[in-house]
Amino acid sequence: MKRGHLGAWLAVALGGIYFLAPLVATFEFSLRMRRGEYSFDAYRVVFASGNFQASFLYSTIVALVTIVVAALIVVPAAYFVQLRLPRLRAIVEFITLLPLVIPAIVLVFGFIRLYGSSSALPLTATSLGTDALLTFGYVGLGLPYMYRSVDAGLRAIDVRTLTEAAESQGAGAATILFHIILPNIRSAILSGAFLTFAIVIGEFTFASLLDRPAFGPYLQLIGASRAYEPAALAVMAFALTWACLGLIQLVGGAPAPGVRR
Amino acid sequence: MFLALTGIRKTFGAEAVVKDFNLKVERGELVTFLGPSGCGKTTTLRMIAGFETPTEGSIRIDGRDVTHLSARRRAIGMVFQAYALFPNMTVERNIAFGLKVAGKPAAEINARVDEMLTLIKLPDLAGRFPHQLSGGQQQRVSLARALAPSPQILLLDEPLSALDARIRAGLREDIRALQQKLGITTIFVTHDQEEALSISDRIVVMNEGAIEQIGSPGDIYNRPRTRFVASFVGTLNTLQGVVVDPAEGTIRVGQTILRAQGVIEGTKTGETRALALRPEALRLGPPAEGDNALTGVIEDATFLGAIRRLRVRIDGGAILVDAFNSNGASFPEPGDEVKVSFSPNDLIVLDP
Repeated sequence: MKRGHLGAWLAVALGGIYFLAPLVATFEFSLRMRRGEYSFDAYRVVFASGNFQASFLYSTIVALVTIVVAALIVVPAAYFVQLRLPRLRAIVEFITLLPLVIPAIVLVFGFIRLYGSSSALPLTATSLGTDALLTFGYVGLGLPYMYRSVDAGLRAIDVRTLTEAAESQGAGAATILFHIILPNIRSAILSGAFLTFAIVIGEFTFASLLDRPAFGPYLQLIGASRAYEPAALAVMAFALTWACLGLIQLVGGAPAPGVRR
Repeated sequence: MFLALTGIRKTFGAEAVVKDFNLKVERGELVTFLGPSGCGKTTTLRMIAGFETPTEGSIRIDGRDVTHLSARRRAIGMVFQAYALFPNMTVERNIAFGLKVAGKPAAEINARVDEMLTLIKLPDLAGRFPHQLSGGQQQRVSLARALAPSPQILLLDEPLSALDARIRAGLREDIRALQQKLGITTIFVTHDQEEALSISDRIVVMNEGAIEQIGSPGDIYNRPRTRFVASFVGTLNTLQGVVVDPAEGTIRVGQTILRAQGVIEGTKTGETRALALRPEALRLGPPAEGDNALTGVIEDATFLGAIRRLRVRIDGGAILVDAFNSNGASFPEPGDEVKVSFSPNDLIVLDP
């Protein structure tokens, strides 16, 4: 082995240990609930818990609604920016980046002030209203990822010419968006969707301060009160996030739409 | 009059990209917009399509004013340089798209798609996706898609520019045959003079947003009116001459008096005018009765296969002479003195 290779291997190994050791240790700890032997008892307890199921289901539904709302807002917006208002692109990109800059805690206090029970639009007065508020907040959080993926997808196809070709065939804006543009950026939308899902499923700040029965606050509660279950949940959360990233790779690397494999 | 463009002007900011454009196109005619890139030909086409709105002027199709009508309501078929087939749809669904949008019944759509596939000679490719086709095949499908809803006008925006030379020539002939068979009024945009000359009923030569000349391919080639048209279409010799007698059509180049056909319009004795001569209109040897002749020295000879192109230095400039190559024919060598002769009919006096 050459010296240069040795250094490279060393660097990779160090990095690998830095990231993997805590994970392996957490996984190992999560298996030690039964004294003296390894078992999946912690996982069994977690899965059997009604709170786990309810909060996970709640967060999944919120995540899915978030994805649909985000796609419905972002796709037409990005499409028209690209087609008719290219000069606005820099401004729109800046706006979509804001959720990364403004801390979630600031956003959620803003929401509570604006939509509190004594405001003009008291969304927090009902539990459905609060669910909606939570979802809209998540749409905001997912904006940087959704917009970026969709914009990249639109740049990869010739939006202008495809639009003109469809217009010359008599198609209106809705037909063009749903039958021409959307199917051709499907994989871009999906990769934005998986990222959004991964963020929303474990989000704590919004859910906790709006007092929603979501997965994030449940994780925190268990972490504060139990020993082995939090480790099991952490491993599961990692697995879920990795599954999402794997799916992005899969759809992102997929060949052009319509290709039969 | 089927298509009429009247007083069209288009500005982007302070820059006028199309100026004072007037054109009338008959039903079933194929008119080509020819010019270098940036001459406004594509912008004019896009105004006919409805993708751009003229700053001034009006566009009428079949008597109806469509100047401010959106593209989707104009009943035009458009073929793009980049094919622009819908990547998520098969060939069949691409061709059917316009008919579906128009809400035609399925049976009618299927029949029309089959008819179109036969017309473009690709009946077996209905189930393929665009990325599984060659460039030439994609452009045929694009043509079929444009024609399927029976548009009033077919617009072709440099449809052959992205293709190989061999495929280009074949598709060019097919487009012309199809256009004549269907009798569809067509506007064809190109920067390639050979394409324009071979396919058109009439050619509109454009430069810097304005029309330089409108005429049949023969007119444009044999009787270019301006120096721009003369230099853009084909190879051309240009010389400076001084008018001797406008009424007799005589003009002096160096010390030689040449005769043009008929009266030289809009000039007077002593004025300098640009003259043009096609290399293939010139021949070596003494003039026949009534022809013009110039004397010069061969500078250079290039073998081009079917022809030999000779550069002859004359009094007042250098001219190219094309001579047909035939086996056994002898050609003068550089340094030889020759006589170049041509008919008065081939001496083109360009507009000032």
